[in-house]
Amino acid sequence: MDFTLILFYVVAGVAAATAVGLLFSRNAVYAALFLVLNFACVAVFYLLLGAPFIAMAQITVYAGAIMVLFLFVIMLLGAEKLPRGGILPWQRPLAIGAAAILLAEAGYLLVQRVQSAAVLPDPGSFENSVSSLQQMAYLLFTDYLLPFEVTSILLLVAMVGAIVLTRQAKGAQR
Amino acid sequence: MDLGIPLTHYLLVSAILFTMGALGVLIRRNALIVFMSIELMLNAANLAFVAFARSFEQTTGQPVFTGQLFVFFVIAVAAAEVAVGLALIVAIFRTKQTIDVDQLSSMKG
Repeated sequence: MDFTLILFYVVAGVAAATAVGLLFSRNAVYAALFLVLNFACVAVFYLLLGAPFIAMAQITVYAGAIMVLFLFVIMLLGAEKLPRGGILPWQRPLAIGAAAILLAEAGYLLVQRVQSAAVLPDPGSFENSVSSLQQMAYLLFTDYLLPFEVTSILLLVAMVGAIVLTRQAKGAQR
Repeated sequence: MDLGIPLTHYLLVSAILFTMGALGVLIRRNALIVFMSIELMLNAANLAFVAFARSFEQTTGQPVFTGQLFVFFVIAVAAAEVAVGLALIVAIFRTKQTIDVDQLSSMKG
């Protein structure tokens, strides 16, 4: 039992616990903070998988930008207190049963279809990750230049769309 | 050499997180929580992507970045999706004064 395996189990436990916390918290702000912790756990997984750039992007974009946006909207709408109970009382047990089936299926297929002997080694040294980052950036700006540009256009369209959607109508201001 | 973490462990964590996200979409009534659960599912898929990319690196013996770049694009698309989705939620709240998905049962305004 080496150190990284113990670290993995601890972080996996925290990730699962925060996901459960997101599901069952009665306060939307707590749910958002649980999700931030969950994103941080996934970033640790990325570091263990030798993907430092993705880990940092996860922290800055997801845990930073996206969750701040979520918290901002929660505060703006004043919707942090969540009412109990739903209209359909039979829905919750049915959903939990369906989710259990989904988990069993996904776990079985994912574990059965890959070679079970595959062991992912610990990531290399710092110099190693810097050189791999350079290779990744080179690939991004050569082979994947078109998707990169399309992504920039997509972000622009999303920005304009968000402004148009939340803009007050002219007549509604008075 | 039994150092390192088996690929199946990552896949199991990914499956658990994805299931939690799907469960959140099914049982929560608040549109914001449903949206957060969708983010959780995207993250689970990303984790599986990076784990498979790492495993593929092991088989080829040289660095492969396609999986990581795909995750990068998924993160960018998720950012765009969150911007538009939250704008939609704000617009719905303005007209309906609620973000309970059970109340949003009419198709017209």
